[in-house]
Amino acid sequence: MAAKDDLGRAGEDRAARHLVQRGFEILDRNWRAPGGELDLVAARGAELVVVEVKTRRGDGYGDPLEAVDARKRSRLWRLALQWLSAHPDEARGRTLRIDAIGITGRDPGTARLEHLEDVR
Amino acid sequence: MSVARTWAVALAGVEGTVVEVEADLSAQVPDFRIIGLPDKALGEAVQRVHNACANSGLSLPRRRLTVNLSPASLPKQGSAFDVAIAIAALATEASMDAASVATTAHIGELGLDGRLRPVAGVLPAVLAASRAGIERVVVPYANRDEAALVSGMRVHGAVTLAEVARLHGADIEPPDAEPVSTAEPDAPAAVVPELAEVIGQRDAVDALVVAAAGGHHLLMSGPPGAGKTMLARRLPGILPELDEDAALTAASIRSLCGATVTTLSRVPPFEAPHHSASVAALVGGGSRLVRPGAIARASEGVLFLDEAAEFPLGALDALRQPLETGTIAIHRAGFTATFPARFQLVLASNPCPCGDYGVRGGTCTCAPATIRRYVGRLSGPLLDRIDIELAMTRVSVAHAAPGGGVTTTAARERVRGARARAEHRLRGTPWRVNAAVAGPWLRQGPLAPSPVVRRPLDAALQRGSLTLRGYDRVLRVAWTIADLAGRDRLELDDVGRALFLKKGAPV
Repeated sequence: MAAKDDLGRAGEDRAARHLVQRGFEILDRNWRAPGGELDLVAARGAELVVVEVKTRRGDGYGDPLEAVDARKRSRLWRLALQWLSAHPDEARGRTLRIDAIGITGRDPGTARLEHLEDVR
Repeated sequence: MSVARTWAVALAGVEGTVVEVEADLSAQVPDFRIIGLPDKALGEAVQRVHNACANSGLSLPRRRLTVNLSPASLPKQGSAFDVAIAIAALATEASMDAASVATTAHIGELGLDGRLRPVAGVLPAVLAASRAGIERVVVPYANRDEAALVSGMRVHGAVTLAEVARLHGADIEPPDAEPVSTAEPDAPAAVVPELAEVIGQRDAVDALVVAAAGGHHLLMSGPPGAGKTMLARRLPGILPELDEDAALTAASIRSLCGATVTTLSRVPPFEAPHHSASVAALVGGGSRLVRPGAIARASEGVLFLDEAAEFPLGALDALRQPLETGTIAIHRAGFTATFPARFQLVLASNPCPCGDYGVRGGTCTCAPATIRRYVGRLSGPLLDRIDIELAMTRVSVAHAAPGGGVTTTAARERVRGARARAEHRLRGTPWRVNAAVAGPWLRQGPLAPSPVVRRPLDAALQRGSLTLRGYDRVLRVAWTIADLAGRDRLELDDVGRALFLKKGAPV
């Protein structure tokens, strides 16, 4: 596995821990569909959150959250709706939104984490 | 703080509108957008501001920045908003004094290196800010003299964006940077040629002084070599100096043309467009940024059309609205640019295409129909506005002795005296010069001429050789002649001389 994939994996672990600490339940990880992949799907009460995690070693190439552009967001929405139809029981009665988590630093375990809710 | 605001100025013609630049920072993925009808150059401010901030050591917030230019429905052009956008964007997060940012207008373009670049139209923009009650303005270093021409304004000429941020209390050490200078230095004040250089032509020089004293539009017609152009170029020298407002207007228009302005020139501008000039060249134009044409550039001064009969008819017709209203309005999708157009018109024309028609000793080779068509180009509504029609002849050897001419200084003194006299007489009326006075006031006003004085005019009117409009014009010129002579009432001589200037000398 390439180093960048390890980094991404470590970042997602960190994000998942962050969500659990805030009272979320992780419903799914790395859910794949023909149109792409969802990093994390989490729920808390009536909130159903699809989370895109971006990890960068440093900000030499800009903020990790800059990568969540309009094209990516529309793809996330498409995938999220696919996930909903594939998991009708977990989706029932919940409101969907998309969050982005950016992690900047050499070691994802301790790096700076930024959580943006409801990106649009 | 998540919302910051500051001021900039949008220009439409010489009229500026103060624009509030609001920047909002919201918790969204990083993005930078400008709304409020920006054009292409203004939309590209995003990239310039981004790089200028990065290269100045100032970091823009890494969230969604929305910059709104309000009033949002007014179309805005150009790069002069860059500094205001950058400062508003930085002030959403950086530690800057919000009150200081919110009471300052920022004008200038940013280079990618973070230096401020000079822009056109700083003077009208600062004037508009001043009228809107803004007391402090930041302009590029190269434009600081121009902005300082507006009295009562605190002007900061900034070299770099960091310097501007520091002005508002940001904790940053501005780098030592070479200011971006303007492309060319301020053009030295044009030297107006000396009136005494005109040899002979006593009548023509007198007519020129009358035109200057009353603000009368003038048509000079004569063969090539009679000195028409020579005389016209000497007119700005004998006109009174521009007052503060007029000088600011003239300088504002020069600034809009992209000229470097550092001083207020008191000499009335002189514009002499070539006779191949198009309507757009005279009126001004451009699809978004409207640039003033020759008519606007001649405002407060002299518009000289040499070879007037050679101008395209459309171009001559374009003069009619500004002559009527004193302004010129250019309409574009979404906005109207208005320029002042208070100029004195001087036309010069040959009597016929070959120039020898009616010249003693000359042989005209033009067909009669050609001559009629040539002269006919200038007829109609345009000639209706001309108070003085001067027929000039070539100077013969007998009159060509040098010396004895009227000097510019002496002529200007006479003009100033006459204008003061006219202004005193016209106090309490809306007019300041004789050329502007309405006909009924001349004929029936408190100083209407007595029947004896009026007799030659009445006779010409009854003969049909003078229209009622022409009647009024002769009265206006007659008053100017009386002013120059220092008389308080019209006399028969004044009217006779005015009739002569109107109808031309019998060749």
